[in-house]
Order: sequence, then structure tokens, then C-alpha cells
Amino acid sequence: MIAQLESGVSRRGAALLLLLLAAFAVAPWIVNDYLLTVLIIILYFAFAGQAWNIMMGFAGQLSLGHAIYIGLGAYVAATLFIRFGVGPWLGLLAAIPVCAACGAVIGYLAFRFRVAGVYFAILTIAFAEFARIGFDHFDLVNATSGLFLPVSQHTHNDLWQLRGDPRMFYFVILAATAVVFVLCHFLRRSRVGYFWLAIREDEQAARATGIDTFRYKMYAVMVSAAVTSFAGVFYAFFYNNLFPEQVFSVSRSIEIILGPIIGGVGTLFGPILGAFVLTGLAEVLNSAMTAFGVDLPGATQVFYGICLLLVVAGLPEGVWPPLARRLGVGPRRT
Amino acid sequence: MTALLTLQSVSKRFRGLVAVDAVSFAVPEGEIFAVIGPNGAGKTTLFNLIAGAMVPDEGSIVFAGQPIGGLSADAVCRRGLARTFQIVRPFPALSVEDNVTIGALQRHRDVGGARTLAHKLLEQLELFDKRDRRAATLTLPDRKRLEVARALATGPRLLLLDEVMAGLRATETDRMVAILRALNRDSGLTILLIEHVMRAVMALASHVLVLDHGVTIAAGAPETVVRDPAVVKSYLGAEAV
Repeated sequence: MIAQLESGVSRRGAALLLLLLAAFAVAPWIVNDYLLTVLIIILYFAFAGQAWNIMMGFAGQLSLGHAIYIGLGAYVAATLFIRFGVGPWLGLLAAIPVCAACGAVIGYLAFRFRVAGVYFAILTIAFAEFARIGFDHFDLVNATSGLFLPVSQHTHNDLWQLRGDPRMFYFVILAATAVVFVLCHFLRRSRVGYFWLAIREDEQAARATGIDTFRYKMYAVMVSAAVTSFAGVFYAFFYNNLFPEQVFSVSRSIEIILGPIIGGVGTLFGPILGAFVLTGLAEVLNSAMTAFGVDLPGATQVFYGICLLLVVAGLPEGVWPPLARRLGVGPRRT
Repeated sequence: MTALLTLQSVSKRFRGLVAVDAVSFAVPEGEIFAVIGPNGAGKTTLFNLIAGAMVPDEGSIVFAGQPIGGLSADAVCRRGLARTFQIVRPFPALSVEDNVTIGALQRHRDVGGARTLAHKLLEQLELFDKRDRRAATLTLPDRKRLEVARALATGPRLLLLDEVMAGLRATETDRMVAILRALNRDSGLTILLIEHVMRAVMALASHVLVLDHGVTIAAGAPETVVRDPAVVKSYLGAEAV
């Protein structure tokens, strides 16, 4: 198991990874509350980006509607919690199949009727929009008035119910990000992972190599959707409120994918690095603007746009692959 | 001598154009069978019909006793019929080793076993030294051999080669001919090739089928076929004789 974990990871890479993990582990005792919240948001985007990367980075299927899985995960867990007193972890067990099934429906319709590329991406947006409008009229979950999770002053952290202080949420999302990182590491080196890469590279050649591309693309969508559902559950319990307009909006889907694109699509570390670069620098920008007394609404979005532009123009592989080569932890090929 | 692949009056039309017109032939097990003909003769279409990339309008295609006409390309490959593409299509961003490993994963469920098989094939196709290179960085002759290695990795009984010699220099052609002949001799692999390079056809094939405008105009042993007046007229040109 450990040997397998180490396969394909250079000694130096492993050392850096452990160092990073150690830094994350002690961070809550060093940083202030504000920075802790920023770190939580960074890890949330790293997690969601990693989940999206399974579909796009591994299998080459561009989803621009991943908000649908975040929203469904959030609504399933929140509704179960509010209406039936079911805790978030059991809620997650319900959210996973719901999201996987939703992914299966979208995937089936697209792949069965050979909707691919840009058209597939548009289809994923369309489904997220259906969900947004649908939930706006879904009275069981309070439609446009939104869902609110009861917030009470807790004297202690209740991990089972996900009620507690930011430090607890921080460790929950840190653990989740670590788990999904390891999961992706294994997926990438598995039989399925290789078939995904083949499909990403050349679908016709993949078929000629005996790969049932329909089946493996379905797996990619379902696994990605199932993993993303946790981001939704976390979102619901961290923010304590849910509105369809917010959680299902296209900008949510775009936010998720900016990290991996800037960090490096298809890499394991790209989503994490991308989340850091984007959210981190955006927060620096915000603080700087506050310090100088400048108030420019939308500055963050403009900043995201500039980052994306710079990366697409200057580092088409994303920030991570060249950085990895410089650090000496990159793949050994030319 | 039993036939591994049998085509019975297979036809394919694209609107008005009959690309493949009632073509019948049998590829005997263990032989190297070549399909030749001028550009637009329907060779690649015929290939696509056999490999499952297209569905025939008429006729039957039987492989190892089972009808395969109309099966999807991946199902055909899993039955033991692997192909290369006229315009090479390796997985460009992946390493040479990973390209072949993906093929080998059809036979091995575990990645380790597949990788071992891939190494063996890379040795055989003289690509082992380049195994860590990205496929996109290889030269054309190397990419052609990579495609053959990937196809072989799936464990085929019949290898379909679509103009695998095209664009190769004479020395590269001889190298490929030697590799294919060794494969056929050592493992009894049956090979069906589409080829323009007559030098390779004459060196390899035991049977030749000549197509022109979708119709079979000659078939038989290579020495006989190249002297056939119809073949000379439509394809080889008088000076080839």
C-alpha cells in the first residue's frame, strides 16, 4: 500500500508534500481567524478543483456546470439535516448517489447521442441552469427564500454534526483534500486512469485500442460528480445558508475550474496550487484595496480574468508543470 | 489452411458513391495478406468496415467464426483484431511506454503486468530507449512503430496495418518489413495490410487483393497479380512490369 503510494513520486516530491502537509497541520495555531477562513476557502476550491479535474484533466470531458453537483450535494445534506435531523455524514452517503446518478443522466444523454467537446460543455451548463431554475420553484427546499441551517453557540466542536468553530471546518476540509489527492493519485495510475488518459488524448484511437469509451466516460462523470458532492455538503454546513441563485449559478462552476486551469489541468498538484494562487492573491488584493481605502466592486473578477489571461498566454500547461520541473519533482520525460 | 477473416460481398455506399462494391476475400490464418490499389479505390473504407469504425451496408464479415460486421471498434479490438491508422494517432501527450501500456491493459488487469508486456513489445519494435519520451516528440517512423506496438499490445490474432510504410525512407521500410516478418514468423500473427509501397508488399505478402473503384480487379499470389494486365493498367503503370 505504502509502496504503491510512493510509486511515481520522486523522493523530493514526497518530502515537499510532507512539508506542505505539516505546514497545513500547524497553520491554525499560527494564523488569525481571517486567514484561517481564507485557508478554508482555498482548500475548498482545491478539493472541488481536484474533483472537476477527474473529469476534465483525466478523461478530457469539459464540464462547465459542476455547480450542479455542489448544489445537489448541499441541498440533499441540508434538507436531511433540517427536516429529518440526519447528520451531514449520513447526508453525504445520500448526496453521493444522488450526484453520481445526476452525472450518469447527463453523461448518458451526452455520450449516447455523441455530444462532445464544446457541445458537451454547453450541455453541462444547461443542466446546472435547469437545476437553478428548478430549485427556485422547489417548495420543499424553500425555493427562492433559501435554506438555513440552525446556528447556535456551541461550547464544543461536534464533528459528527459538523457544528463548531472554523478550526474544525479547516481540519475537515484539509482531510478531505488530502483524501481526494490520494484518491486521484491512485486513479491516475490505475487501469481506469490510463483508459481515461487515452480517451482524453484521442477518443477514436482509444476505441481502436479496445477501450469502451462510453463506459469509461460514464465512470469519469460519475466519479467526479460523486466526489464533488462532498464539496456541496461542506459548503452547506460551513456557510449555513443555501440559495439556488447562489449555489447553482454559472459563476460557481467557473470559480471551481479556474484553480485547476491556472494550476495545471490533469496534474495532481495543479488544483491545489491554482486555488492558492487565485484565492490567495485575490485576498491580498482585497486587503490592499481596503488598506488604501479603494472600493472597486468586481475587482476580484477582473483579477481572475487577468490571471487566466496570463496563464493561457504564458504557461499553457498551467503553473504547476514548469514549477515542478524547476523544483526537480516533475515527471522524468522530455 | 483455415480462414481467420472472411468477407462475403461486403458493400459500403456514401450517398451515390459505392466506395466498396461487393468485395469478398478470405485471409488465411498465419498469412500476410495485402490490399493494394490506387488512391480512392476504397481500401481505407474496407479497413474501417472490418475494424468497426463503419458499418457495412451489405455483406458479412466473419472473424474467427463469429460475425463482426457492425460491431463497435472497441468490441472488434477485444475480439482480437487490432489496427493502426493511416495518419498515425498515438496518444500525443503520453509517454511511449504509457501508449503501449494502455494497449496492454486489454490483456492485463493490473498495470504492472501491462507495463512488463509493454516493455517487451517496445524492445521488439526497437523503441525501448525512447520509452520515456512523449509520443508527440517522436519522428514519423518511430510513431508508426509505436502504433504497431500499441496495436500488438492488445493481443490481436489479426493485425490490420493501414499504410504503415507510407512516408518512410527505404531503410525505414526495410526495418519495418523485417519487424513484421519476424512477428509473423515467430508468433504466427496474421497480418492484413493496405499498402502503396510495392517493395514492402512484394517482400511481405503471400496473398494480394487489388481494388479499384471499390471493385476487386485481381487477387492471388503477388507475382501473378503484378503481371495482371488490369492491375498494370489501373494501378502500377506499364513501366512497373
